[in-house]
Amino acid sequence: MSNPFRSKHTHWGEWIAEWSIRLVASASIVVIFLIFVFVFREASSLFIPKKFVEAPSLSATSSPNAEMVPETYGEEPAVAETPTSGEEGAPGQFIYSPKNPHYPEIYNPDTGLLPADIDVVPADPEAEAPPVQIGLTENLTSNVWQPVGEVPKFGIIPLLIGTAKTTIIAILIGAPLGILAALYVAFFAKRWVREIVKPAIELLAGFPSVVIGFFCLVTVASFVQDITGLPYRLNAIVGGIGLSLAVIPIVFSIAEDALSSVPKSLHEASLALGSTEWQTAYRVMLPAAAPGVFAAVLLGVGRAFGETMIAIMATGNAPLSSWSPFEPARTVAATIGSEMGEVVWGSEHYGVLFFLGVLLFVVSFGLNAITELYVKKRFIKRFQGQ
Amino acid sequence: MAKEHTVKIEAHDFNFHYGAKQALFNINLSIPERRVTAFIGPSGCGKSTFLRSINRMNDLIDGTRVEGHMVVDGTDVYDKDVDVVTLRRRIGMVFQKSIPFPKSIFENITYGLTLNKKVSKSDLEEVVETSLRKSALWEEVKDRLHNSALSLSGGQQQRLCIARAVAINPEILLMDEPCSALDPISTGKVEELIAELKDTYTIVLVTHNMQQAGRISDQTGFFLMGSLIEFDRTRTIFTSPAMKETEDYITGRFG
Repeated sequence: MSNPFRSKHTHWGEWIAEWSIRLVASASIVVIFLIFVFVFREASSLFIPKKFVEAPSLSATSSPNAEMVPETYGEEPAVAETPTSGEEGAPGQFIYSPKNPHYPEIYNPDTGLLPADIDVVPADPEAEAPPVQIGLTENLTSNVWQPVGEVPKFGIIPLLIGTAKTTIIAILIGAPLGILAALYVAFFAKRWVREIVKPAIELLAGFPSVVIGFFCLVTVASFVQDITGLPYRLNAIVGGIGLSLAVIPIVFSIAEDALSSVPKSLHEASLALGSTEWQTAYRVMLPAAAPGVFAAVLLGVGRAFGETMIAIMATGNAPLSSWSPFEPARTVAATIGSEMGEVVWGSEHYGVLFFLGVLLFVVSFGLNAITELYVKKRFIKRFQGQ
Repeated sequence: MAKEHTVKIEAHDFNFHYGAKQALFNINLSIPERRVTAFIGPSGCGKSTFLRSINRMNDLIDGTRVEGHMVVDGTDVYDKDVDVVTLRRRIGMVFQKSIPFPKSIFENITYGLTLNKKVSKSDLEEVVETSLRKSALWEEVKDRLHNSALSLSGGQQQRLCIARAVAINPEILLMDEPCSALDPISTGKVEELIAELKDTYTIVLVTHNMQQAGRISDQTGFFLMGSLIEFDRTRTIFTSPAMKETEDYITGRFG
């Protein structure tokens, strides 16, 4: 006899739905992976010695009749610098972006000049060599960030200090406020208060960061200046406050979710033992939600050091090597944000900016890994027993 | 017969409303000290609501309202000047589901004690041991007091919750279906425990299990549709109930 358990219907609709979900999910993973690959590849140009590669289609694309190609940002940067010796009128110079005739074609990394600036091409580029050569490692670990000087200086130390400084300030302000607000909304607020406050704070998470930056630039900066009496308006404190405005809603909304998903029965059990609401919240509910609250703070840290616009607008954006919160700072993200638009593709500066991007990746990845592997376990042990 | 016990808890014309819905209608009863009082009745009859009204756990639910009096030791617990926290420290509660805090066994028991005062470590250790001995859990967990309470079995967790309630030394112990999620062996242990604890505490027990009420309680109240139908000595309720509804319920004709 026929198998009674054999499916009588083929669920085509479900089959298609299932496979589309699979495809979309794997596509998004692949895209994320490709972003990683791209950023790492761009940064790698810094460390791999430059080779002059023959441009494959130089004559075709430099022809004035070449078809206009839309600007393709970041495309083919690996072969950006190509020798043009033998070509007309540009000995020792480099053709840039050979596909695009409207982009300045000639760039001389020694003089830093674009074709618009030079009418007469120096015959011997060696004569214009920079006076001092700085090794890459030495350059990166120096204290000066001056990427467009005659001798470009790519010291990332001030950027790292600036990032750490503003992030720490933002978390010191944002995490306690976010967690306390979450505790209040989850356990103390009346229902109608909760229904207003919760969406209001969560709305702040979707607030355009440029608006927060503008607000800090105009209002918070004056306020801080009034209090501290500093001669300049923008500094790490103002930036930190601005970043904390971005951090608070994230910490709040994730911590609040974690807190309100703790079983209500724990709340009752604790109150039945004669504890107050505050004791219950602090000693039972918060520890029970500790992993979630910790994740909230961590995401807050991620937001703080990844945030670009607020950091550009409110920190003063000066790459100083100073730990003082009252001095301006410049973060890694702000550096990428403000310089990437003007950097020459494929130059050393370009590579360094991508290297900074890699640093951001690595730091946030490392932070998550450490939390996952080490801190969280200790945290849970401490609050919840073994 | 046993000597009469002093009255510990009294309800006078007690009414309870969840918003517009009235859950308890004119409850009048007296619960004697140091005895086990059981409430039986079908689901939704108001027995748990009544229990939770004694230590005002129902305050946590929005839109509830009470009328009448709930008197514990001569004081109406719904008086304005009653401090709920103090009240709840005197009236311990064990819930249907065992809900240990996500802490160690030791911390679970000392939680109530350390809320409002500093207690020395040796005192705490002593309380932990006595509470665990009282709740018949000591032998099973004495070697792993600092392990998570969540590592215990269901029956052990429920006894831990009893130990936790006993640790703050309340006068009254309210138990809301403490055995409904337990297997027969664990239930037996908890019942033995209740029998031992009644020398020290006034125990009020809500149960779905009529045999349990028959086995361990001294008096039994039968609730139906928010009213207290009958309240008498357990033996009387189970052998010669005065009301027809009680008899029907006990003999299993409905409910």
